[in-house]
Amino acid sequence: MFRFIVRRLLQLIPTLFGLSVLLFIWLHRLPGGPETAILGERGTPQMRAAIRRSLGLDEPILVQYARFLRRMIKLDLGTSTSTKRAVTTEFLERFPGTVELTVMAMVIAIGIGIPLGYLAARRRGRFLDHASVGGSLIGICIPVFFLAYVLKAIFAENLGWFPSSGRQDPTLGATRVTNFFVLDGLMTREWDAAADALWHLVLPAVALASIPLAIIVRITRASVLEVLNEDFVRTAEAKGLTERTVRGRHVLRNSMLPVVTSIGLLTGGLLSGAVLTETVFAYGGIGAFIYEAISQRDYPVLMGFILIIAVVYVLVNLIVDLSYSVIDPRVRVR
Amino acid sequence: MALLEVDDLSVTFARRGQRTVNAVDGVSFSVDAGEVVGLVGESGCGKSVTSLAIMGLLPKQPGLKVGGKAVFDGTDLLQLDDRSRRDIRGRDVAMIFQDPLSSLNPVIPIGLQVTEVLTRHRGMKGAAAEKEAVALLDRVGIPDPRRRLKEYPHQLSGGMRQRALIAMAVACQPRLLIADEPTTALDVTIQAQILELLKDLVRDSGTALVMITHDLGVVAGMCETINVLYAGKVVETARRRPLFREPRHPYTVGLLGSVPRLDAGRGERLNPIPGSVRDVLPWVEGCAFAPRCARRVDECVDGPPELVLAHDGRSYRCVNPAPVPGVTPDAAQALYREAPAAGEDAVPTPAEPGAVPAQAVPNDPPTVPGFGPAPREEESQ
Amino acid sequence: MTVTAGKKREKLDRLAELAARDDEQGVSLWKEAFRRLRRNPAAIVGAVILTLFVLVAVIGPFLVPHPPEAQLWKGEVRLGDFPGPRAENWFGTDQLGRDEFSRMIVGARQTLLVGVVSTLIGLAIGSLIGGVAGAAAGLGGRWGRAVDNVLMRFIDMLLAMPSLLLAISIAALLGAGLTTVMIAVGVVSVPVFARLLRGSMIAQSNSDYVLAATSLGVKKPKIALTHVVPNSLAPVIVQATLTLATAIIEAAALSFLGLGNNDASIPEWGVMLADAQSYLDSAPRLAVLPALAIIVTALGFTLLGEAMREALDPKLRK
Repeated sequence: MFRFIVRRLLQLIPTLFGLSVLLFIWLHRLPGGPETAILGERGTPQMRAAIRRSLGLDEPILVQYARFLRRMIKLDLGTSTSTKRAVTTEFLERFPGTVELTVMAMVIAIGIGIPLGYLAARRRGRFLDHASVGGSLIGICIPVFFLAYVLKAIFAENLGWFPSSGRQDPTLGATRVTNFFVLDGLMTREWDAAADALWHLVLPAVALASIPLAIIVRITRASVLEVLNEDFVRTAEAKGLTERTVRGRHVLRNSMLPVVTSIGLLTGGLLSGAVLTETVFAYGGIGAFIYEAISQRDYPVLMGFILIIAVVYVLVNLIVDLSYSVIDPRVRVR
Repeated sequence: MALLEVDDLSVTFARRGQRTVNAVDGVSFSVDAGEVVGLVGESGCGKSVTSLAIMGLLPKQPGLKVGGKAVFDGTDLLQLDDRSRRDIRGRDVAMIFQDPLSSLNPVIPIGLQVTEVLTRHRGMKGAAAEKEAVALLDRVGIPDPRRRLKEYPHQLSGGMRQRALIAMAVACQPRLLIADEPTTALDVTIQAQILELLKDLVRDSGTALVMITHDLGVVAGMCETINVLYAGKVVETARRRPLFREPRHPYTVGLLGSVPRLDAGRGERLNPIPGSVRDVLPWVEGCAFAPRCARRVDECVDGPPELVLAHDGRSYRCVNPAPVPGVTPDAAQALYREAPAAGEDAVPTPAEPGAVPAQAVPNDPPTVPGFGPAPREEESQ
Repeated sequence: MTVTAGKKREKLDRLAELAARDDEQGVSLWKEAFRRLRRNPAAIVGAVILTLFVLVAVIGPFLVPHPPEAQLWKGEVRLGDFPGPRAENWFGTDQLGRDEFSRMIVGARQTLLVGVVSTLIGLAIGSLIGGVAGAAAGLGGRWGRAVDNVLMRFIDMLLAMPSLLLAISIAALLGAGLTTVMIAVGVVSVPVFARLLRGSMIAQSNSDYVLAATSLGVKKPKIALTHVVPNSLAPVIVQATLTLATAIIEAAALSFLGLGNNDASIPEWGVMLADAQSYLDSAPRLAVLPALAIIVTALGFTLLGEAMREALDPKLRK
């Protein structure tokens, strides 16, 4: 197992290396070059020239790349042109919010998606099956930001059941410990603060969960249908096992394999979707900040965030792969 | 009273927009306690569907209809509710399947797959169940059983997997074991070992065995009674020796003629049955085998051929059966008197054991008139 | 008796003949798939939606009642109050006093354009990379494996970025605009096509019929062209249909982020939807109409794509 992890980590190196090359090229190819990325569009020609010199842009490209790489490894991602703070600081401040949001969305997607997909497969061809297949098709086809706006208009602005923006009611004056607001509330025993943070999560998480939910329903359903036809399920039935054992131990466990694989890939979709949902709900995570960075042309933030998100995404997929090998013994040996 | 009495079993699949398929079309056969019975036929003849129907394992789908009876020890298995059927399955009636790899759950250790049967039917748990599982694996010839308990199916060889499946099937000492092509997916050398194992197991425990196969070699080595299936019907039933010596149904003749034989002359060719199992006539219109039959006569398409009961308990479903070579009417008369008491070995024929009679020719008049009441013979009288 | 016997024999021969003919026919993969497609209600619904969509996109712009970019009713626009549906403007007007109905019709063409062009970009680049990698892997040898490895590591890199962020970074590079959206959305789908084509090519080249062709002495490039590529195309075509749906949705997302078409005179559903977010309270129809249009169109592509996947699945063919 340990060797498996080490090997998978080593496999990441070429990917990350290539990614750094891509981002380096990207930074250099940006309209106006890296100096624009640092100065924004306000710089005078003299300032630009000074920056170019100080960045070493007159040096050979390989030297520049080496310097870039060294900075990346030291996690020095530069300063935001709009807030004048270090990109890493901005990231760390906002990342917990996005983690809370994506975890919540994933909980919704998995918690509803797997049972629904399973039931749809068991009741193949009946109403629940058609409804969940149709619903998931529509779920995939709705633009996330539009769904977010509709949810916000109905449940926040019209019905007033949920807050329409932010992560927590600032008037509560909640204590900050980790910047995971729900966690902070629980740790400091400020129950109302935790509940309020959770309450703020509901609508954005539902909007964000729409696509993963739809995909999980479809994958679970298809996988259960396939496993139900497997010979080993017939063997289990032939042994006279109770229906519960057959379903739990033999059907469900095997049909979870493709679902687990998909969860890693769905995290990518969640991080993408977070940009849209956080923007609609003015939720203070990295997504909303990326939106601002785009409109402000805050390139250091954009590049830094994309790099970190890519690393996070790759790591999440690694963890999913590892947990997959726990469920499926056939992967373990190889 | 037979242990299992299958009577007029039929299975039909009706699908919307497609014509109904009669996968099993009135199959009847019986299995005595401790007996080894073969169900033989080409793929698609309904032999696997028959066994799955008896076990109640056919995938539930709209349009599936199972008719007839399958009486096991006095209870009709087809009429049981789901719960009591689950009680019987694995405890009284067990089954072994064709592909040992896909028939084992890939993500659960072998041990659990054995002990779960023990837990379900014999109430064994924990260490007791594990001990019994080790004994079972040992019994089916798996070396180092304690270690194997923790292994997964993909870590075992094909033969070991089939042994493990057999261990699960015999875990509760069932009275009936159904083996559906248990050796088809295995190497020839392993095949023989597995067949030996099955033979030993049923002999030692008195379990009756239904052997489903397309391989006449398997049948020849194991089964006491053989049922030949074609297009969902039993077309011939006989004890082993009579069947191999003098098959009466042209299909059985064809099956035997399709097997390569070492003692055949160099120049001799195999005699395959022309056409495929798909070229069938619906039984209601006549004999389903008629389109491929070398002994086809006009009466074949008059309607479904009746089952003909011959002198020694064998039966076949044919209006123009293959002749029995070299038996004179006198000898036949003598046989007829002796047969009921004599059993399978008492059928003396000049033909060599296992020899296949001369290939049937269409409209070849039977050389042994009066050997079984074939309609054609009556017509000629 | 003889007459009936003759008739019976006729019946028998006819049956045998029928059985034999059925055997020979050997319905081709595509014919069979098409037959199954026609029987699938989901496929028909999808096809009808797409036919309508393409029809509107192609001939609609010639039939619109008003020029979509003309602000003809600007005088009637008040803050938070635009003319609603009425005889001259079936869908009312937008915030600039333009006829919403005409904009929806003309928008179909732009949306179709964005979807098709970006899918074609993804398909072309992805198939090129995947095809070369698949062929290299199939040819084997040290060089073959090296080429395959390098190309696939590149694809892994693209996959290491969540799709929308990849699109955002490309859009940041190129500046906002319609072309940008098409390129960004297209590049995002490159890895999907590349992996798909390579995967199915490798699966095909490991198949027995390719082994058979090789053993008959057919040259490798010829096998690749005549056997492997045609048989690998089915999943790629299915994927292209499904990608058309996601491309339209992703293009809308990029528009929402302000990276889309900034030329206001050419209406496009994604941009219209993004622009309408500010008027959700006063005129929800401005958002709902393009959103519905996008959803229904994406649904059409998805339904058809899924149905095609099912129809072409050899596991389900029987």
